Amino acid sequence: MQERNSRKYSQIGVAILFLLLVACGGHQTEGQTQPETANGQEAALQGKSASALSERTAGMRAGQVVYDQYCATCHQTNGDGVPNLNPPLAKTDYVTGDKERLIRIVLNGSNEGLEVNGMVYSNAMPAHSFLSDEDVANVLSYIRNSFGNHADTVSVDEVRQVRATLE
Amino acid sequence: MANQLKSNWFLACITACVFVSCSEGGHRISADADNVGLALPEGFGALKVADSVGAARHIAVNSKGDVFVKLQRAVDGKGIIVLTDTDGDGRADEQTGFGDYGGTGIFIKDNFLYASSNSEVFRYALDENQRVTNPEAPDTIITGLIDRRQHNSKSIALDGAGNIYVNIGAYSNVCQEKDRTPGSPGMQPCPILDSAGGIWRFKTDGIRQTYGDGQRYATGLRNVVGLDWNQEAGALFVMQHGRDNLHDFYPELYAEGVGIDLPSEAMYRLSEGADAGWPYIYYDHHQKKKIVNPEYGGDGKQEGGADALDPVVAFPGHIAPNALLFYTGDMFPARYKNGAFVAFHGSWNRAPDQQGFMVAFVPFENGQPSGDWEVFADGFAGIDTIAAPGDARHRPCGLAQGPDGSLYVSDDVGGTIYRIVYAGAK
Repeated sequence: MQERNSRKYSQIGVAILFLLLVACGGHQTEGQTQPETANGQEAALQGKSASALSERTAGMRAGQVVYDQYCATCHQTNGDGVPNLNPPLAKTDYVTGDKERLIRIVLNGSNEGLEVNGMVYSNAMPAHSFLSDEDVANVLSYIRNSFGNHADTVSVDEVRQVRATLE
Repeated sequence: MANQLKSNWFLACITACVFVSCSEGGHRISADADNVGLALPEGFGALKVADSVGAARHIAVNSKGDVFVKLQRAVDGKGIIVLTDTDGDGRADEQTGFGDYGGTGIFIKDNFLYASSNSEVFRYALDENQRVTNPEAPDTIITGLIDRRQHNSKSIALDGAGNIYVNIGAYSNVCQEKDRTPGSPGMQPCPILDSAGGIWRFKTDGIRQTYGDGQRYATGLRNVVGLDWNQEAGALFVMQHGRDNLHDFYPELYAEGVGIDLPSEAMYRLSEGADAGWPYIYYDHHQKKKIVNPEYGGDGKQEGGADALDPVVAFPGHIAPNALLFYTGDMFPARYKNGAFVAFHGSWNRAPDQQGFMVAFVPFENGQPSGDWEVFADGFAGIDTIAAPGDARHRPCGLAQGPDGSLYVSDDVGGTIYRIVYAGAK
């Protein structure tokens, strides 16, 4: 019995190890390519972002629709914001950094005069809690991967969790 | 002879090499070959007094021709920059500064320089050379004005009768319960109006005056950045920044196209006790009516504000009038005398084609507009299509008149100070 069990466990262990290897292998194939030339690197990056993009195109496309409707007036279509009034979304840790903080700002709004890249912006950002979790996830995935930003996407679950702490 | 003169001037314009005589000391100053990139009416030229001085908000020129520039933020402890032209070529060759605070307002009157932070107004005495005698120890004439970031610049104007007028902008878009939130109703009455959303009047020689020491001179003004006393009319004129978000919050009422042009950026002639109607109404220059704001139940057509002022001039929406100056100089042709120059900062909510990075002119007679507004100086942005305001290389923000009648324009992006001169036949 013990022997059978231990064999069973070792079989499970092998299976898990195998799965891990496959999974890691998959990752490695993507990250492993380390071409020596700059061109090769660029091609690899393009390949990577293309595959990454193809995975989340639907969400990001939906996110862009949300962006154009609710965000672009103030933050501008290029994500640069408006000097002194509305902060930029490009090249700022507020967008590409802590996802919880970012989700919180969208749901709650912000009227604290946050300093973004050394500048303070005067307009109040309204709460966008009327957006669905999916809309918030999509628009944040969009802005985290637009305007020169590259960051992981935001999931519906992550938005749901933050919303639960607010309500 | 007249024709020959005319054609000579035409040639001068073609070669973009406009020479003008400077009234001070008989020096001849010339416009820059490219008029600093500006498009101007025939006979006018522009030269660059200085660039990269910082975020140049309002400006004032003393009777010696020194330019005082108020910076939005102090740089190296200097919030006021003084530009001096020592060799008489019209361009600054000496730059000093003082005043460890950012802000917008600056004004010179009767041997005093006035400058504002976002909550106070300071007064500096000028000596016989019109230089500041006490740069580190001004009188604080007004203090304690509300600053909640939004619309916090305190623009100033004087009437020459011992009064200073200060804009206190509303810290809100349209006084909703929740600012800038779609669907949030407008507060009735708007509680902001007791301490902001209007023009307050104080004494120029008072010390540490605050709300209780002054009067709310006019109310119902969302935010005024450009204002000036019109000597001919004996009245204060102001340029209001109209509300945002009509077309994007209410697309069903304000279709793109016309909606994006509303509300008007309005010029008002004020008198004591005047009410321009914010936040309850706005002005629509297409319908030529005062319309109830949708946050107060309006539908884009319902008229309101029976007792509210009508504007004296209505400009397209969102183009952000940041300075107003009534021209009293003698350099420009007669039609410009006593007329209004308005510096527009340019829009941010008219995407995809932002507008209005220019200086406009409105002719006046007997203290009233006598013709339509026109573009006077354009080309500040340096690009044709401006998708976002951050793309503009320069944005007009302040205006001042020099002792010779030159018109100075400041730019709070590139920190350029322009000087516009007239060299054509009058």
